[in-house]
Amino acid sequence: MNTSYTLGTLRMKNRVLVASGTFGYGNEAAAYTDLSRLGGIVTKSVSWKPRQGNAPTRIAETPAGMLNSIGLANVGIDAFISEKMSFLRELDTSIVVNIAASSTDEYIDILERLEDEEGIEAYEINVSCPNVKEGGLNFGTRCDMTETITRELRRRTKRTLIIKLTPNVTYIEDFARACEAEGADAISLINTLVGMAVNIQTRRPVLSTITGGLSGPAIKPVALAKVFQSSRAVSIPVIGIGGITTWQDGIEFLLAGASAIQVGTASFRDPDAAVKIVNGMEAWCLEQGVEDMQELVGGLRIDEGVKAPGFVKAK
Amino acid sequence: MTKVNADLKVTAIEQVAEDTFTLRFQSSELAGQLKPGQFINILVSERIEPLLRRPYSISNIYNDECEIMFSLLGKGTHILAEKRPGDTIGVLGPLGNTFGYEKSFGTAVIVAGGIGVAPFPYLTRVLKEKGIPTVTFLGARSTSRVVRDGLENLHIATDDGSEGFHGNVIGALAEYMQTHDVDRPMIFACGPNPMLQATQSFAHEHDILCELSLESEMACGMGICQGCPIEHHGGGRKYTLVCTDGACFDSRDIIFHEHHA
Ligand SMILES: Cc1cc2nc3c(=O)[nH]c(=O)nc-3n(C[C@H](O)[C@H](O)[C@H](O)COP(=O)(O)OP(=O)(O)OC[C@H]3O[C@@H](n4cnc5c(N)ncnc54)[C@H](O)[C@@H]3O)c2cc1C
Ligand SMILES: Cc1cc2nc3c(=O)[nH]c(=O)nc-3n(C[C@H](O)[C@H](O)[C@H](O)COP(=O)(O)O)c2cc1C
Ligand code: FES
Repeated sequence: MNTSYTLGTLRMKNRVLVASGTFGYGNEAAAYTDLSRLGGIVTKSVSWKPRQGNAPTRIAETPAGMLNSIGLANVGIDAFISEKMSFLRELDTSIVVNIAASSTDEYIDILERLEDEEGIEAYEINVSCPNVKEGGLNFGTRCDMTETITRELRRRTKRTLIIKLTPNVTYIEDFARACEAEGADAISLINTLVGMAVNIQTRRPVLSTITGGLSGPAIKPVALAKVFQSSRAVSIPVIGIGGITTWQDGIEFLLAGASAIQVGTASFRDPDAAVKIVNGMEAWCLEQGVEDMQELVGGLRIDEGVKAPGFVKAK
Repeated sequence: MTKVNADLKVTAIEQVAEDTFTLRFQSSELAGQLKPGQFINILVSERIEPLLRRPYSISNIYNDECEIMFSLLGKGTHILAEKRPGDTIGVLGPLGNTFGYEKSFGTAVIVAGGIGVAPFPYLTRVLKEKGIPTVTFLGARSTSRVVRDGLENLHIATDDGSEGFHGNVIGALAEYMQTHDVDRPMIFACGPNPMLQATQSFAHEHDILCELSLESEMACGMGICQGCPIEHHGGGRKYTLVCTDGACFDSRDIIFHEHHA
């Protein structure tokens, strides 16, 4: 069976990556799992300067999920290159560097710094973090900004360019189409959904930022629907993210239209979760006589004439 | 050091005070390397609810068995309390640093509030093996919740006055320290943040070495999620992580804020 998957310069041994912010820089979980079994590692969002992140409390557990308001705490581009890249580069898995910024120029500066670094197969552009709102802008919820960023970055790299979309918009298909039109190689979705938690004892919000990003099994149905809708709207590949915890979840995302998947919050429960998902998906495909996982992508069986309600937006 | 992430067999569970339990599980690998102050992350159930692991301090080691101590609070602890010998729990660790029990001091002064007593039976034993005496101050809501096993020279403070000093544990500590000549003390404290903050102030006023074992919400326990920051002095960074730089900190390094209450 062929498990490998190539997306431009991103050549993965399988279709399972670990999601940004849930696997650090690879080294932290190395003692708990076999990194060489992963299709790829998407690194924690890197910004130009180091970011301290938001005040505590940053995490709240919710039913089958969790809220976070980390605020993109990260080491910054200089330390990322000098301290994190040497470990990542040596790994026998694909490295996707996730970039976050608060202006188009900052995105460009970071990408240009990374262009000189060997061992990076792709960029994932985080236009969608709900926990940082510098300058009152949240790029990912504005189609024109998403377009501009995609266009400017596309001009500057031959490496695979993935735009990571937020579900916190009315029609995610519009954003998917904008990315495709401006030359993105793929889109990944979903980032976290805006949510909140309340402590009735103190009558305060649990998170210091009041609202945060919801992730985990609780968001899986939403993520599946967004992947389905987006993958029908564009012809570039969609990387599915959101609540994937078991190998069955992984298969569901492929059927709904994802060409690859990312495992996020599940790695907090079990740092070996992504590798277990790889093994489970491969075993199932063997059993089902699947020769290449591409056969599953978008293979959802839908009877003729049946449409998801409210699926197609009137243009 | 070998890290462990495995389903391990529960060998014993015992109620040691009101709503308070000890639970032992078997792992020669963990028993051989866990040190006082370190913690492990427990997945209480295979089900996705509750989703996240819970951190627990190691309360003692017996040959190839490790012990944790917990009090009933929410979802996780209610599931843990139902475990019986032969059941399994998911255990990941060792995590965090250790208490600075190798530092140079004459007497260990242990200050614990509520279930903050958990790491101290192990610390007490290791210190005893090194010939260092301990004196222990334990704060609890009432006498029925006091954990005594494995602790030495116990001084108790209860909120309701049902045993020992009537009031908070810092009151008991202050009274004792004023009336006794304690040889080169070092404080080791664990408990709710207001208690830790009071311990910090006491230690600073009297110029006593002091370590605090902190708690925080945690998703990963290994420096990935950035979910467990604590404000600290120095290092050029505003925050440090409780899970990897702690959970034990020199009290002079930590900055408490109102939201910690
Ligand atoms: C490094 C570290 C070591 C720890 N060691 C121990 C230990 O040895 N023994 C032990 O019993 N616990 C320990 N804890 C706390 C433990 O991880 C759990 O938070 C606690 O057992 C409650 O879990 P639960 O699932 O029962 O409650 P949950 O369902 O998580 O919470 C129930 C309610 O209690 C509140 N709550 C949760 N955690 C705390 C807390 N820590 N303090 C106050 N309120 C809280 C929640 O906000 C919620 O309202 C430690 C935590 C850390 C970070
Ligand atoms: C603690 C935490 C930190 C995250 N940090 C980032 C980040 O830095 N950049 C990013 O693009 N996404 C980040 N994410 C979003 C995840 O990559 C993922 O899109 C989201 O959690 C949904 O997937 P999941 O349900 O499998 O976790 C973070 C998520 C969590 C829970
Ligand atoms: S608990 Fe995840 S970084 Fe500390």
